[in-house]
Amino acid sequence: MNKLNLNNSKIVECRQMAASIADNVQSFINKHTTVTIERSVLRMMGIDGIDAFEVPICNLMVDDVVKSGDLSLGISIYLASALKSTGLTLDDFVKEYVNSSKTLIHYPLINQSEADVILKPYVDNGINRMIETRKRRHELQSKYPGKNTEIYVIVATGNIHEDIIQATAAAKAGADIIAVIRTTGQSLLDYVPYGITTEGFGGTYATQANFRIMREALDKVSSEENRYIKLVNYASGLCMPEIAIMGAFERLDILLNDSMYGIIFRDINMQRTFVDQYFSRLINAYAGIIINTGEDNYLTTSDAVEQAHTVLASQFINEQFASKARLSKRLMGLGHAFEIDPNIENGFLYELAQAELTREIFPDSPLKYMPPTKHISGNIFRAYQQNTLFNVVTTMTNQSIHLLGMMTEAIHTPFMQDRFLAIQNALMVQKTMKSIYEEMRFKDNGIIQLRAQRVLDDAHELLNKILKQTLFKALEEGVFADIKRSFNGGKGLEGVFIKNSNYFNPVLIRLQEDEYVD
Amino acid sequence: MLIKPYGDTLNDGKVQLSFTLPINYGPIATEAAKELAKKMGLNDPSIVHSESIGNEYTFFVVYGSTPHSIEPNSITVKTIDSPTYSKEEIETMIEEKIGRNIIFVGASTGTDAHTVGIDAIMNMKGYAGHYGLERYKHIQTYNMGSQVQNEEFIRKAKEVKADVLLVSQTVTQKDIHLKNLIELVELLEAEGMREKVILIVGGARITHELAKELGYDAGFGPGKFAEDVASFSVHELIRRNRLAIE
Repeated sequence: MNKLNLNNSKIVECRQMAASIADNVQSFINKHTTVTIERSVLRMMGIDGIDAFEVPICNLMVDDVVKSGDLSLGISIYLASALKSTGLTLDDFVKEYVNSSKTLIHYPLINQSEADVILKPYVDNGINRMIETRKRRHELQSKYPGKNTEIYVIVATGNIHEDIIQATAAAKAGADIIAVIRTTGQSLLDYVPYGITTEGFGGTYATQANFRIMREALDKVSSEENRYIKLVNYASGLCMPEIAIMGAFERLDILLNDSMYGIIFRDINMQRTFVDQYFSRLINAYAGIIINTGEDNYLTTSDAVEQAHTVLASQFINEQFASKARLSKRLMGLGHAFEIDPNIENGFLYELAQAELTREIFPDSPLKYMPPTKHISGNIFRAYQQNTLFNVVTTMTNQSIHLLGMMTEAIHTPFMQDRFLAIQNALMVQKTMKSIYEEMRFKDNGIIQLRAQRVLDDAHELLNKILKQTLFKALEEGVFADIKRSFNGGKGLEGVFIKNSNYFNPVLIRLQEDEYVD
Repeated sequence: MLIKPYGDTLNDGKVQLSFTLPINYGPIATEAAKELAKKMGLNDPSIVHSESIGNEYTFFVVYGSTPHSIEPNSITVKTIDSPTYSKEEIETMIEEKIGRNIIFVGASTGTDAHTVGIDAIMNMKGYAGHYGLERYKHIQTYNMGSQVQNEEFIRKAKEVKADVLLVSQTVTQKDIHLKNLIELVELLEAEGMREKVILIVGGARITHELAKELGYDAGFGPGKFAEDVASFSVHELIRRNRLAIE
């Protein structure tokens, strides 16, 4: 499809520049590990649970090594050495570990090949669990095939049991995808909370138990409605790889997993985020989880008309990072948004141009399209009108993951009726405009074509600039969302370690080298 | 003069509302909604729409007339009494009456992850055609973004010798924002800084009256822009300077 008369060689050049930009960062990534990567290795081998003070066991073990050992060797060598010395199985060792004062560095270190043999059954278990979960999703999706455009709504009561009631109602009303928003601030926790939770602020804790019971509830609705209801959560933050593992085990279908969101919007250190996103996305790729990127957020801070090209440039970069982590195009849910001020003349045409541009440049990716939020006031009737315009663009440009706007945006977390009305709105547009995408062409050199071409040109120029200065420097200058972040600033830098030449990580090798069918 | 809601005739008292009841759709649900509207005090409630929105939940659109009326003359509201000046007027006032740059530090504090409000006031671009403080001559801004802890906020204010502190609270739930706003005042007092700064809070659910109650100098709700905040701040700084001289 080429409705916009785009210059194809420009698109190819953008991809090449983005690849070089990502290459430069990837060589940095390959030399480093982080505390959360090491914790996720433990999780993959089956370590879960908390101590009497509710500290996750994974954190206790990694902290032992950070404090008195050498994490640059990787956590795995310490764990294998402990198992060898004690002669215990992993389960029994964990029980003893929690109840004794012995730290994980108490045992003489063994060599890597021996460690590999000791840990292999546990690594296999974790990998097999991911494979089984992926197979199960595949079976369900073959039984209940999805739609081109799927309706995505959010629940966020703070209480997972209440979330389940709301999610079930939303699915029955027509939603295809349910996201459970996390409690505010969870992205800044350097551990993952444990167990079923009933309190949160503006959202619900992402815990493995919460993932599990929501998945069960949605499977029930799926079979009642004969539609596979997808479940979404958020990886971005200080625990990206751990949340990816939890999602892989509990059959999340989509994870918000941006290569730069944490840096820009949560002031998480850029070294930490780049290293974490890679490991996290390797897991997503293996588990068949769609990632969603967060470019839509740029436009909540920057102007949607002037800065549209930064969204496109970032999508090119996110695509390349995703490829490096073995994600196929089918799993790259690149994000963008409908955020132009509705008072701007022809603003709707610019939205249409941007949405079609994204569709044409990333034809095989399940694009995530976000609703207006910035120019929504307390006038819920006006908001409903803006959301209708947004829904129209979604259908006119065949977007994939359609995140519905709420008329009560920024007033409160949605009421059940808010969500219902939003779904009705989207369904009406989908139905009454069903074949518009195939029917519609744009005027040659008209406002829409010229706008799209200009955004592509500007993105091309920006990528060229980022390539020359490196992505690290570009982020320091505030290239995305007008927010500046320094190389050594932000949260979580103390959790980044340069890998020793003897670094050992039996999970990483499997994630990087196993053959798997996507 | 007493007033009532206006539908299409003066004093008809017409109101519209919508709500959901946890009950299956049907005649009983509709009657339940009507009874509820009566208990709310509405006369002649009319359930114009009811619809099932999932198992055991029904959504209603309701019209009715309220018997109540209000005397506006008996109402007093605390408002900001300083006038709002234009960007150029503000710049001139700073130049002529203060004679140095004014320093603003702003943040969305506590667990609030939204920067929409603070960005609208502080960032270059501003909001809806109203330039943000960053673009004003003689105003120096530090926008710390979201999820800033009160301690961190105060540290920054000290470091840059802030004249004005802007706190934004966008999405608030279970009144956590009130606790957070009060804590900031307490911390500033403990540090002996409260009187040295102009303390302002803004947000969708903030009124000037609430701000004063919480111990802030001013509160700005929806529909207020950078020039409103700057006008108040400059006005207040000049007033304090004059007091100091006297």
